[in-house]
Amino acid sequence: MSADKKVDELTSSVLGHFGPYGGRFVPEALIAALDELAAAHTSALSDPKFQSELAELHKTYTGRPSILTDAKRFSEHAGGARILLKREDLNHTGSHKINNVLGQALLTKRMGKKRIIAETGAGQHGVASATAAALFGLECVVYMGEADTKRQALNVARMKLLGATVVPVTQGSKTLKDAINEAMRDWVTNVSTTHYLLGTVAGPHPFPTMVRDFQRIIGVEARQQVLDLTGKLPDAVLACVGGGSNAIGIFHPFIEDSSVRLIGLEAGGKGIETGMHASTISGGKPGVLHGTRSYVLQDSDGQTVESHSISAGLDYPGVGPEHAYLNDIGRAEYRSITDDQAMYAFSLLCKSEGIIPAIETAHALAGALELGNELGKDATLLINLSGRGDKDVQTAAEYFGLPL
Amino acid sequence: MSTALEKLFEKTKQEKRAALIGYLPAGYPNQKSSAKIIKAMIEGGVDAIEIGFPYSDPVMDGPVIQAASEEAIKNGAGVDEVFNLLQTTAALGTPSVIMSYWSPIEKYGVANFAKKVAQMGGSGVITPDLTIEESQEWQNESTSNSINRIYVVAPSTTDQRLANVTAKCSGFIYAASLMGVTGTRDAVSGNARSLVERIRKVSDTPVAVGLGVSTKSQAQEVANYADGVIVGSAFIKIVQEHGSGRSGLKKVKQLANSLSEGVRNAS
Repeated sequence: MSADKKVDELTSSVLGHFGPYGGRFVPEALIAALDELAAAHTSALSDPKFQSELAELHKTYTGRPSILTDAKRFSEHAGGARILLKREDLNHTGSHKINNVLGQALLTKRMGKKRIIAETGAGQHGVASATAAALFGLECVVYMGEADTKRQALNVARMKLLGATVVPVTQGSKTLKDAINEAMRDWVTNVSTTHYLLGTVAGPHPFPTMVRDFQRIIGVEARQQVLDLTGKLPDAVLACVGGGSNAIGIFHPFIEDSSVRLIGLEAGGKGIETGMHASTISGGKPGVLHGTRSYVLQDSDGQTVESHSISAGLDYPGVGPEHAYLNDIGRAEYRSITDDQAMYAFSLLCKSEGIIPAIETAHALAGALELGNELGKDATLLINLSGRGDKDVQTAAEYFGLPL
Repeated sequence: MSTALEKLFEKTKQEKRAALIGYLPAGYPNQKSSAKIIKAMIEGGVDAIEIGFPYSDPVMDGPVIQAASEEAIKNGAGVDEVFNLLQTTAALGTPSVIMSYWSPIEKYGVANFAKKVAQMGGSGVITPDLTIEESQEWQNESTSNSINRIYVVAPSTTDQRLANVTAKCSGFIYAASLMGVTGTRDAVSGNARSLVERIRKVSDTPVAVGLGVSTKSQAQEVANYADGVIVGSAFIKIVQEHGSGRSGLKKVKQLANSLSEGVRNAS
């Protein structure tokens, strides 16, 4: 089958299948809620009132459209390739996460539910969820691995200031994966009143499709902005991939532009060969986790293996099923970036452009350095600058040995 | 040919009582002790055994089973331990099934898993997170190996879906008594009875109720309307509190005995 034909199937997926990936692997108790959510999402897509309400929020609350920055000094380190940064870091709350959260918060209202729950790793999605809950007057409970509440104490305080309840999760590895488990258990118990506001393009259908649809705005805007600025499409689009929501958001509107390479950068931690990484596609195998079939880091018994990354937001042993499929059909490429490579790119962007990126985002920047040097000065690379690095100042200071 | 599990439900029907099904994660607290605990459950009157495949991300389970699964995995429980325990239990003449999240089954290979369950003398598999939409291969393989397919249904399951899911079940239908995770509760949810009544309208397969049953009176209450009563966390709690030595095993047997009186006292 040709790649084009397979791409067509992406948009017409039934029950959220992307080739052999996606679907629903969840307790039967959640099916009715997932069906309700899928129906709400489908009807909202074609409802002009919903769309205009969301567009208004993007414009007057988030600050969209986000701008495009021509990173000329950074480009000198990337083989002279033109580097265009899509500035999702300038959104309200500091990352792309708000795009999805506002969409799902409006759906929550549409379904008549009054309580949202969310999982968070680095705390960005938790903060965005707490923000939307405050804006819409919803009760908000955020599950966060106990280890992460310590690593990201500042974001815990932000969520509390915004009126959310933060529940530290002490089970399992006490990180994002366990926070998702605990959120699912809450949802199974309180599903009639509660919406699970999942933060990435993973989980059971309709989440991968719905979250993608809410994040597509990144790529839709960026595609036009690049055309306006350069008169042509970029040679490649790069984004970091944990669960993969910022990446699918910027990739998706380019899928049919077959000349544009789509490159996802996964967290390589200490290096795939060490086993201490979060490169799910590059270093994992197909399996089932958190309600969906995709690439997973797991052992020979199907037990989830703990991931490792300096970036809490990429520290996840699964990945969105659409990425798994884009990888298998060869439409997107996935590379692995180590902690050290990411931190080098982090520092370089700070000093060459005056922009402190999130450490997650620094993985995409490291990929741009690598690809720019491969392609040379005639290439144009579009990078999703998915988040800002304020939350990472402590981690970065420790990494670079700066006294605090 | 019917499975040992199907024969059990025929027998309990004739005896006009519900079957008592006991759950334990394989390898909890360790492999040797889990076999002893199960033996104590059977000696106390448990009719069928549900062996849990301890899994790293058990979203259907409450704190008690989560902790037990974690401990079992830490002590080395994996697919070999699950099948060894299944073989041991089935060899005692007790109908035995595996309860497993889907990830370990898919990793092992769906066809191989079904075949191995049959080879070890198991009657079937309970799959708490496998939806019927994702289970075509499992349906084929479980059928060709003549083992039971047990799906879990919930109070939120619509009537239409209840008909579709129960049509794919054999052995018994696992009715979750409430919206929530496994664990002991002070009272059995009132939703359980109405769920069982809704199932009766669409299926003749026996119905067993699980989630939140831990005492004799709760077992008796559920046995009034269901064909089977499933108890898990209550047994694990005993082991957590009293260990798996002589006194712990004695308490496991006592609980099994008292639950077994409960399922026989129902009207």
